[in-house]
Amino acid sequence: MTLPDGWEMVVGLEVHTELKTRTKMFCGCRNEFGAPPNTHVCPVCLGLPGSLPVLNERAVELAMAIGLALHCTIAPSTFHRKNYFYPDMPKDFQISQYDRPINANGYLDLIDHSRVGIERAHLEEDTGKSTHLGGSGRLHGADRSLVDYNRSGVPLVEIVSAPDIRSSAQARAYASELRAILIATGASDGRMEEGSMRVDANVSVRRAGQPYGTRCEIKNLNSLRSLQRAIDYEAERQVALVESGEVVRQETRHWDEARGVTATMRVKEEADDYRYFREPDLVDLAPDASWVQRVRSGLGPLPAERRAALLARVGEVSEAQRDAVATVIDAGRDEVVRGAIDRGVDPALALARAANELESEGPAVSVDAFAETLLMEQRGELSATQSKAVLAALAQEGGDPHAIAAQRGFERLSSNSLGATLDEVIDQHPDEWRRYRDGDDKLAQFFVGLVMKATRGQADGKAVIAELAARRG
Amino acid sequence: MLRREDVAHVARLARLTLSDEELDLFTDQLAQVLEHASDVAALDLEGVEATAHPFGLVNVVRADEPQPSLDRDEVLAMAPDVEDGRFAVPRILGEDQ
Amino acid sequence: MRSAGEIARDVREGASSAGRELEIALSAIRARNDELNVFLYVDEAGARLAAQRVDEAVARGERTGPLAGVPVALKDNLCQRGIPTTCSSRILEGWRPPYNATVIDRLVAAGAVPVGKTNLDEFAMGSSTETSAFGPTRNPLDPTRVPGGSSGGSAAAVAADMTPLALGSDTGGSIRQPAALCGIVGVKPTYGLVSRYGLIAFASSLDQIGPLSRSVADAALLLEVIAGHDPRDSTSLPEPAPSLRDHLDDGVVGRRIGVVRELIDGADPEVVASVDRAAEVLRAAGAELVPLSIPELRLGLSAYYLIAPAEASSNLARFDGVRYGLRVDADDVAAMNEATRTAGFGAEVKRRIMLGTYALSAGYYDAYYGQALKVRTQMIEAFRRAYREVDLLLGATTPTVAFPFGSKTANPMSMYLSDVFTIPTNLAGEAAISVPFGVGEGGLPVGVQLLGPGRSEARLLAAGRVLELAEGRP
Ligand SMILES: [Mg+2]
Ligand SMILES: [Zn+2]
Repeated sequence: MTLPDGWEMVVGLEVHTELKTRTKMFCGCRNEFGAPPNTHVCPVCLGLPGSLPVLNERAVELAMAIGLALHCTIAPSTFHRKNYFYPDMPKDFQISQYDRPINANGYLDLIDHSRVGIERAHLEEDTGKSTHLGGSGRLHGADRSLVDYNRSGVPLVEIVSAPDIRSSAQARAYASELRAILIATGASDGRMEEGSMRVDANVSVRRAGQPYGTRCEIKNLNSLRSLQRAIDYEAERQVALVESGEVVRQETRHWDEARGVTATMRVKEEADDYRYFREPDLVDLAPDASWVQRVRSGLGPLPAERRAALLARVGEVSEAQRDAVATVIDAGRDEVVRGAIDRGVDPALALARAANELESEGPAVSVDAFAETLLMEQRGELSATQSKAVLAALAQEGGDPHAIAAQRGFERLSSNSLGATLDEVIDQHPDEWRRYRDGDDKLAQFFVGLVMKATRGQADGKAVIAELAARRG
Repeated sequence: MLRREDVAHVARLARLTLSDEELDLFTDQLAQVLEHASDVAALDLEGVEATAHPFGLVNVVRADEPQPSLDRDEVLAMAPDVEDGRFAVPRILGEDQ
Repeated sequence: MRSAGEIARDVREGASSAGRELEIALSAIRARNDELNVFLYVDEAGARLAAQRVDEAVARGERTGPLAGVPVALKDNLCQRGIPTTCSSRILEGWRPPYNATVIDRLVAAGAVPVGKTNLDEFAMGSSTETSAFGPTRNPLDPTRVPGGSSGGSAAAVAADMTPLALGSDTGGSIRQPAALCGIVGVKPTYGLVSRYGLIAFASSLDQIGPLSRSVADAALLLEVIAGHDPRDSTSLPEPAPSLRDHLDDGVVGRRIGVVRELIDGADPEVVASVDRAAEVLRAAGAELVPLSIPELRLGLSAYYLIAPAEASSNLARFDGVRYGLRVDADDVAAMNEATRTAGFGAEVKRRIMLGTYALSAGYYDAYYGQALKVRTQMIEAFRRAYREVDLLLGATTPTVAFPFGSKTANPMSMYLSDVFTIPTNLAGEAAISVPFGVGEGGLPVGVQLLGPGRSEARLLAAGRVLELAEGRP
């Protein structure tokens, strides 16, 4: 998408990430997704009168890890109360950091080598979760809401970028790279669908060289794709408004995924008076050099570095392979892929199988077993389907790939028996065969499918295609 | 000078309804307190640090170890209205923060 | 009346029993509670069970704590598991906390028997117990007068010999002022010495729980039990309870004590005379008395009435009708919050919430709240300078003796002024004690106040004991 000539968008992102601690930010209740409602609650996270918060050390360390990975300065920090009434929020204030955040002034370098500034990455607590009854199940039109406080008090880090982003693709790349970093530092699982990483986008437009325009904040962006679409839609909407002589109102907008539009949620009002003041129930944080150093030394290599190491082995990559690289790095499987390549596996194959393997969850396969399986496939001792089956079995039970292959009777079909199967298939489908022979290449896959079915997946697809081509002459 | 509309605005922020008489009375009484506090407001304290807390403890943290939560029945027994294991409230106008 | 220390000794040695001591307390409560409105709730069954446990432990020859079998009254802003806890507010009527305040766990571990919850100004906002939603408490020494506040019920329980000990909380004088008006001892401990976990907050940076008792020795005993680090309160001092009883007889020989003009000026003549006489007693006991002026203290009241309401406005936001306590139904949640709060809070609480919301709101923060925090800094520095010259400070606890009901309710500012001498200690996070010394108008007791830096409780109690002995009390 491009804006009309002379226009540019200015985007800043606010990312809230739930931290992967065992307990909540200020109490010992479990930080665990999916438990029955209101079972992980105590006087503190229910905001009962008389209860007091005590800060989780691990949350502080994960926040510092994020800050270090984003090249931030870790500074002495203070907790404030952000006061507003909301039923999800049991104290009717949120404990957050305001003018003295734990991390400030960092940056994130994207894959395209552009740099996005990080203004701050501060600690705060999550709210509970409401379910809306009646109406459409959305908030609007509901008769009644039910509140579960299991999520109340889960530690969050809010990462605020500088307004340095100039395209929706760059916004996407930023969110994707940030997600990789959050996963790599162990701070978060980065699951946007489960809400453990939530992105809000501040979007404004301006004619090049002019001062910033009025911005709108877009909420409910729960995938990278929505993020990109919403920013494009919003920037175009704003340009159209200004070009038709209207003004952009500062407001919070909601991304409607189904309709592909942003819509007004609420207009910024004077009533947004949060009356921030220092949280008197907590003391300041002032991590000393040795604490920071301990966190720093616990950080492994970051995604950019690991990506460079992997790409150095893969060489030229296609678009699909680029996604596979990202998947493999998020999952922390890049070391295995590098190991396989170093043992002589074809980089494209190693990448493809590793990405594929990650779709099914299971324990990680060791570098040796992974590499050995792929070498068997490469030598033609296993078909692709068989190779995947061996990897799946390795993930389930472990063991030796050769033994697994032998035990399952994975011997590649000889070309003779392949020929016989193909004869049979062609006999049964004379019309399709004629069309294929007359040049309809799409039908090759049809025959491959039939052969696979007849051999219960034991045939090698490439060999079938080669045989078909040979018979067509 | 504290105006009646300031008091009304503050009452809205604090989620309190004031009758007309209360609004007058509170405007008057709060103005008296603020009048008394004008000695503080008038001081030149440029450069003086703010103290929000009497003692300078820092880095008070606890280990990330789970502790027992409350029994859900006991929690929900406190609530004015409950449905399906959750706290029930009337509809929410406006939007999520 | 025997002291708490004597009761515990008798119970441990078998000369009495926790059960018997409890019945003495319960019958004293029955005798005067209707008249004085001291207890909002008496937990007879729970107290009997607690007393029985102590007696069984004694019978088995187990070690029992320093408060074995001593009945204790609890201000009704302390959470006690399963026991109605109201803060004297309609908004919490019927609420039973699912947990205990740390101080209550410590009392029980020390063998004490919590007997019930005492009346207070609603959410501890007041100086007379008149803002309680459940009616005022009467001063046992003169039932036409207030007992002071906000810990008026706790002070009255001790003054009426219902219980030998009570816990109160002090945000701007709420232990010391009612102690003075009821003729008993009250201590406001150093901020952080006693855990606030389970104390329903009024102003978190100022609140401290402390003892009310008939004697200085009993105050020391109770304070030793409740003090000491609590990991559930981040502002709790990271050290064990200080030893206080061992220092009760340290006296004041060689101590320098500053007599502070700002803590005396404006008090009734009889109150001033009591402070003067206290100074003489301390001098005779070997202290060096130094006249002092600390002008910064004059700003305390103004700073306090910005800081405390600001914190309170936020602390009291949670009373919204969603999770516990009162709910007044309405069509949408914001209207429900508002209807609940409007019906549930009394006028004084609303006044302070409004004041605090205003002081924090956009456009006024710097002029009011921000400025008050700077005054707080100056107050702390002024105290620090004073404590370079002297060990302790002396002044009045309150400007007057107990006043008649209704005499200050029409004008909030006049009520606020009754805390003018006690507030600076809270702003500085330091310690102070009020000891009954002499009488004023109508023969009512006067309290004199001794102030010290943080962690000076042992010194304060020893000096208080000198005054107490001079008054002929044991
Ligand atoms: Mg935030
Ligand atoms: Zn909890």
